[in-house]
Amino acid sequence: MAGVEDRPILFASMDKLANWARANSLWPAQFGLACCAIEMMATAGSRFDLSRFGAEVMRASPRQADVMIVAGRVSQKMAPVVRQLYDQMPEPKWVISMGACASVGGVFNNYAIVQGVDRVVPVDIYVPGCPPTPEGLIEGVMKLQQKIMQGGRPVAPAMPIAQGEARA
Amino acid sequence: MAETELGKVDPETGLKPMVINLGPQHPSTHGVLRVRLALDGEQIRACEPVIGYLHTGIEKNCEDLTFNQAITLTDRMDYLSPITNNFGYVLAVEKLLGVEVPKRCQYIRVMFAELSRIASHLVWLGTSAMDMGAMSPFFYCLQQREQILDLIESAAGTRMNPSYFRVGGLLNDLPPGFIERLKKFLDGFPRWLQEYHRLLDQNPIWLERLKGTGVISLEQALDYGWTGPALRASGIDRDLRKWNPYSSYEDFEFDVVTAEEGDVYARYSVRMREMEESLKIIRQVMDNLPEGAWHVDSWKIYPPNKADIGRNMEALIYHFKLFTEGIRVPAGETYAAVEGPKGEIGYYVVSDGSGKPYRVRVRGPSFYNLQALPVLVQDRMLADVVAAIGSIDIVLGEVDR
Repeated sequence: MAGVEDRPILFASMDKLANWARANSLWPAQFGLACCAIEMMATAGSRFDLSRFGAEVMRASPRQADVMIVAGRVSQKMAPVVRQLYDQMPEPKWVISMGACASVGGVFNNYAIVQGVDRVVPVDIYVPGCPPTPEGLIEGVMKLQQKIMQGGRPVAPAMPIAQGEARA
Repeated sequence: MAETELGKVDPETGLKPMVINLGPQHPSTHGVLRVRLALDGEQIRACEPVIGYLHTGIEKNCEDLTFNQAITLTDRMDYLSPITNNFGYVLAVEKLLGVEVPKRCQYIRVMFAELSRIASHLVWLGTSAMDMGAMSPFFYCLQQREQILDLIESAAGTRMNPSYFRVGGLLNDLPPGFIERLKKFLDGFPRWLQEYHRLLDQNPIWLERLKGTGVISLEQALDYGWTGPALRASGIDRDLRKWNPYSSYEDFEFDVVTAEEGDVYARYSVRMREMEESLKIIRQVMDNLPEGAWHVDSWKIYPPNKADIGRNMEALIYHFKLFTEGIRVPAGETYAAVEGPKGEIGYYVVSDGSGKPYRVRVRGPSFYNLQALPVLVQDRMLADVVAAIGSIDIVLGEVDR
């Protein structure tokens, strides 16, 4: 192993290779909340075919997924569940906030809806729209791929949250 | 039901059932439904649906918006067929206003309601087949649903949540070339419907899982307030389009599809045949679509068009007042309901004479249909729960609102 200290080239390239692999085989958690979930289904469906971007393997268990697509409005009652699902996902993991409701609460500025899922989990990509078109979601997935290729956020920051704290 | 009650010790055997959660994150609960089940082996001893994970406060939010703005929130309840949600709401407000929209508008509304009924049934078919392990119907169904969404997009500008119906009319008249595109869809769709039948009707797994599963008697279904195709599969022809025609449904010839068995398979076959009836209605609308006005001719209800605003001072004033204060709806209360893809979707609207609704109460069919889930699965196997949930076709956005 002599001389490795001078030439860290091997490790840098390994990172690149790993990021390339991660970016091109994203496994989203199959988990829909509201209207956006229907557009997420349409994106996975035959016309838009998310598998062209290597992200079609929707896993029903968060333990097998590395991308969480928060598709829809997050209610106060659902927020702790979303957080728990996020915690159950193995590292490295990323979050796409799909649609206006997940991003900022959307048209529902009221007592029931968490005004942005980024109060509960760290979000990497926000996709605008109500609901976003499948093209919009695909754009979001591609942006996430670019981010991963550049080595963006391999390990999620610790963000402990107790039940009910999402109310803030 | 308290937790202790669900998992209480059986006095005869002295055994404690195992309590498990199905959801709120589960691929087969069609959203964020949570079902608590008390199991004895694989048999269900007790079942308790837990709702509220998608509670959005839509009814409360409606009170904060003008009558036309609130339409956008109704879209987001039953998001598989947003147009029927708009439909019931605008009918209720129009009833309060005491206006009737022109014939052309009524026909176009019927056409879009039936298109979205097909779209909703297609999603139901695809997802419930996927629950039973058949993946390919999902892709075939979504492929045809996309055609319908394209039609809606061309008219309303959005694929989903179009808010196409407005109080006193529509957002737009039909765009040029719409009828030709619709005709193309109508010509192609029956062949696909046959394809769906061929994919599933003879499939031994499909029959085995569905026949005799999730049975509900007519009395029980009525007691639980069931409506829609789920109720009709138990042997009654209750369909608001026939029983209480609205928006010129009496002009069209179609059959109300029923079945007797009341099991999951009956509900499947009712919905499949309903799509054919919807096609029939759409064809009749297309052939008999009247020309002429497509919104009420009153600036107090429907905004004047852009050209008038530039020329006519009065039009400008009405336009300004409509969009700042909203439509002045006379004080009063009313209930209007339409036959949605899932059942009777009704709106109870109270107005205090201002531009905003005082109260909007929604009678969502999914909520009433869901509460009979314990009846459907009592003493059955765990796997039947998935089939039963799929067959009552719930949308959590409408259950929780």
